[in-house]
Amino acid sequence: MKDVLTTCVYCGCGCGVYLHEDQGRICGAFPSRNHPVSRNNLCVKGWNIHEFIHHPARLTEPLLRKAGHLTPVSWDEALTYTATRLTEIRDQTANQGLGVLSSAKCTNEENYLLQKFTRAVLKTNNIDQCARL
Amino acid sequence: MTNSINEIAQAQVILVSGSNTTEAHPQVARRMFDAIDRGAKLIVIDPRRTRLAEHAHIHLAIRPGSDIPLLNAMMRIILDENLADDLFIEMRTENYHALRDMLYQLDLDETAEITGVPLAKISAAAQLYARAQKAVVCYCLGVTQHICGTNNVQSIANLAMLTGHVEKEFTGVDPLRGQNNVQGACDMGALPGHFPSYQPVNTAEYRTKFEQAWGTELSGTPGLSLMEMTHSGPQGAIRGMLIMGENPMLSDPNLKKVEATLKNLDLLVVSDIFLTETAALADVVFPAASFAEKTGTFTNSERRVQMVRQVIPPLGSCRSDGEIIMALSQVMGYDMRYESMAEVMEEIALLAPIYGGMFHDRIEGCWGLQWPCWNRDHAGTSFLHKYYFTRGRGHFVPATHEAAAELPDADFPFILNTGRVYHQYHTGTMTRQSSSLNREASEALLEVNPQDAARLGLRTGDWVELSSRRGSATVKAHITEQVAKGSVYTSFHFPAVAINLLTSDARDPKAQCPEYKVSAVRLEKINP
Ligand code: SF4
Repeated sequence: MKDVLTTCVYCGCGCGVYLHEDQGRICGAFPSRNHPVSRNNLCVKGWNIHEFIHHPARLTEPLLRKAGHLTPVSWDEALTYTATRLTEIRDQTANQGLGVLSSAKCTNEENYLLQKFTRAVLKTNNIDQCARL
Repeated sequence: MTNSINEIAQAQVILVSGSNTTEAHPQVARRMFDAIDRGAKLIVIDPRRTRLAEHAHIHLAIRPGSDIPLLNAMMRIILDENLADDLFIEMRTENYHALRDMLYQLDLDETAEITGVPLAKISAAAQLYARAQKAVVCYCLGVTQHICGTNNVQSIANLAMLTGHVEKEFTGVDPLRGQNNVQGACDMGALPGHFPSYQPVNTAEYRTKFEQAWGTELSGTPGLSLMEMTHSGPQGAIRGMLIMGENPMLSDPNLKKVEATLKNLDLLVVSDIFLTETAALADVVFPAASFAEKTGTFTNSERRVQMVRQVIPPLGSCRSDGEIIMALSQVMGYDMRYESMAEVMEEIALLAPIYGGMFHDRIEGCWGLQWPCWNRDHAGTSFLHKYYFTRGRGHFVPATHEAAAELPDADFPFILNTGRVYHQYHTGTMTRQSSSLNREASEALLEVNPQDAARLGLRTGDWVELSSRRGSATVKAHITEQVAKGSVYTSFHFPAVAINLLTSDARDPKAQCPEYKVSAVRLEKINP
């Protein structure tokens, strides 16, 4: 059982929120008392932030479309297929045919890696995210 | 934001434009209420009578899309009343004459007429704002999601500079970022024209720096924006897409076009935690780890970079998006290997000057650091523009009124406005899975003004067929005075009412931001 301080994923306020873990499951959330934004307060989204983490609809395996259906496959298969197809399209379209959408739900580090991947590996600047939506 | 969230509580006058703050940024709203308790005055510019507007001392209920005339009128009144900060204008800004000439040509009565707000009210607001010592402006997507969004933002900047209400503690202009890490995603260069820290890709100097760091050649041509990619159509230039944690099938305007584009791609790869509407169309879906299963940092609206800490290992065979990108890169022959996210942050600190002093070990030990933070010894910056504008002098850019791309007419007499509700978040990928949040708000409601409702014979709970030139949706009506006559409002969180089937994909040519806030629609009551 432990409480871990982390940052809320919902809005741009960025409240400090503790996640309560018990036997490998996250079963509660409560505000940080001294955090400069939350100051012992969360909105309703923050108080219930743990509810989606263990939802049964979570994806847990890579899926690949086979004969029209998304079918569970191994990471190796999914990654190799993706890499091959991305390389093909990149080369066929002279680096013009690929586009990448990054996310405001991903961390800074992940956004950095994704734009690095887009620019250095896919050789394009076609990367954007939903800042305007 | 140029200020910190806590500074808002100390302001004397708060001007809020196009932000449903109580629902979209609860903590910012809390500071606003604190300020009001301390005697501050609140001015709200919003076509809707939002919860915040009910607490406002002055509510300017403008017609949708008339932000610029309103701001221009306010500035003209400030000039007429001799309330401009001449010293500030002289010392810190440029191009003031262009603005002044434009304002003196303005016919105040005519301008007030366009906005639909009585001139006396505009005048009261202008004077209140201009006379304050510490005045903060907060704005949000209600300002940017218009065809003239960039000009709207510029007009707000004009107003702030005219009165010298910038670059001080408790004073400034604060755009509120919609989602938790929008700020960070932009800072990190997930933008078609910029490397991390807003260094343009088409400047050779920056490109060389990144080429050397990454050991490969890079393109100097700015890429396509989100809308250019998702609306390129079935025969578009984009043949393959990699989408990480996004759901354009619900969030983008004019969904039919998005669907046509995505369905005709040669390859669609999606990484997400749930099988979203977008993931359901994909060829490959990667199961991503949630925020509780990974380590990293988020940057909030006030530019505060904070830790996200791993609490449990990834569920099933989920992997974090970071690991997925590294693995993919590895298979494609580019060696991208990091021991930890802390190591990624070190590379960011090296290449992105505004993050120059951000290291996990530093951020771990405090409540995060606010950029710009230039080096390890720098304490971060709680408010921007302290001694100088980032670009030297503040530049006035006069803007004039531009009508919305689609105005109501005989066939589509209502203006549709879209937004968020308190209990749900963006496309609801996460919030819709939460039973507590669904209990509070589980379906989209269409807000209709009582006068319009009486004419259409509508009551709360009736089903309405809502249609625009692009598509239609069925939605339950909710009669309320929150919306003005002639306007209707709903949210975009729920797939059962995919409201973006209807929205206009006209967009601001400068910022590529779609005009979600104004689409012409028709209402028809459905008899069950
Ligand atoms: S708890 Fe609420 S106000 Fe705080 S960051 Fe999360 S969504 Fe925003």
